[in-house]
Amino acid sequence: MNTDDLVTMLATGPAAGIANAPKYRFVAAIGWGALGATLLMAILLGVRHDLADAVSRPMFWVKLGYVVSLAAAGLFALSRLARPGARVAGAAFGLAAPVLLMWLIAAIELTAADPAKLSDLVFGRTWASCPLLIATLSVPTFAAMAWATKGFAPTRLRLAGAALGLASGGIAAAVYSLHCPEMAAPFLGLWYLAGLLIPAALGVLSGPLLLRW
Amino acid sequence: MRANEDRLRGFLLLGLSGDARAYRDFLEALSAHLRAFFRRRLAHLPDEVEDLVQECLLAIHNQRHTYETDQPLTPWVHAIAKYKLIDLIRRRASVDRLTEPLDDEHDVFSSADAEASEARRDIAKLLDQLPDRQRLPIVCVKLRGLSVVETARMTGMSASAVKVGVHRGLKALAAKIRKDE
Repeated sequence: MNTDDLVTMLATGPAAGIANAPKYRFVAAIGWGALGATLLMAILLGVRHDLADAVSRPMFWVKLGYVVSLAAAGLFALSRLARPGARVAGAAFGLAAPVLLMWLIAAIELTAADPAKLSDLVFGRTWASCPLLIATLSVPTFAAMAWATKGFAPTRLRLAGAALGLASGGIAAAVYSLHCPEMAAPFLGLWYLAGLLIPAALGVLSGPLLLRW
Repeated sequence: MRANEDRLRGFLLLGLSGDARAYRDFLEALSAHLRAFFRRRLAHLPDEVEDLVQECLLAIHNQRHTYETDQPLTPWVHAIAKYKLIDLIRRRASVDRLTEPLDDEHDVFSSADAEASEARRDIAKLLDQLPDRQRLPIVCVKLRGLSVVETARMTGMSASAVKVGVHRGLKALAAKIRKDE
């Protein structure tokens, strides 16, 4: 088949006008991913026993806002990277802002704290498990969003993989925050971020293989 | 360049709103630009050019829903063309045989080359390998120009199965091209 015939073939028929982006896929992926993460958490970890008490503390909501805005920024970046040639620079600000804000709160907490308690603020009681648990909970969202992204045409596969990891890590962290008892800003600025960076790194590594089209 | 952007974008927008004639004009002009773009960059692999033009046309057709109609067309086409070019080079694992560097200028519409050379890969042969539920709708609707209703009647498929068959068949064709190397 020569190129002229191919052009004729592609332009023939009623399909030329259809141009519906499968945007619903991302919505579905968030839903399935969050559901998967919640189920995983319910089975593996359970909800923190003082949740009813915790929701009355502002820091609980700061923590939730922190991870939800990271998830939203990652998702925004992914939705841009899923389209060839779309600008994505704005997403960097959206990703940096919550982290910098959390680090600012962390700096204030650390300066004000009793020197003997510094290590508690940074390491809490769960620093060793927190990043790995967030990464584990991100698996369902990661898979669902990789599928959603495949409905589009990402051309920068490593960057798209990174955004995919950050978005799924952010959703996982939001679910995990219902279990995790840690409330100190230095802990959140360090170990929650590490939990997001694990799937992001996996996304960078697997992007070229996973998202190729 | 600016004029080409406006002209091609005009054709595409009309095409996306259902004007098959304009969509054909878009693909025709696009293939000339792609050919020139790839010829410059594949100076040492001239045999690959026409295959890559075809692969890119099919990719652009299949992914046309990712074009945001309020955005300029050049960056979108350029990103896909560059992606497919790099993908080809990776497949061939022969980056060193390239003399032209891959630059980042959006000059995909700066020149055109209407002179097609022979494609080495025959898409018609790949089409034959598709399962009937995809092959028959493509042959009837896209090659013979029959309507969806006529095709449904001839093949015994439902009208929606015909539409899905065309859509999935063209995607499967693109996947076959990638694995064909």
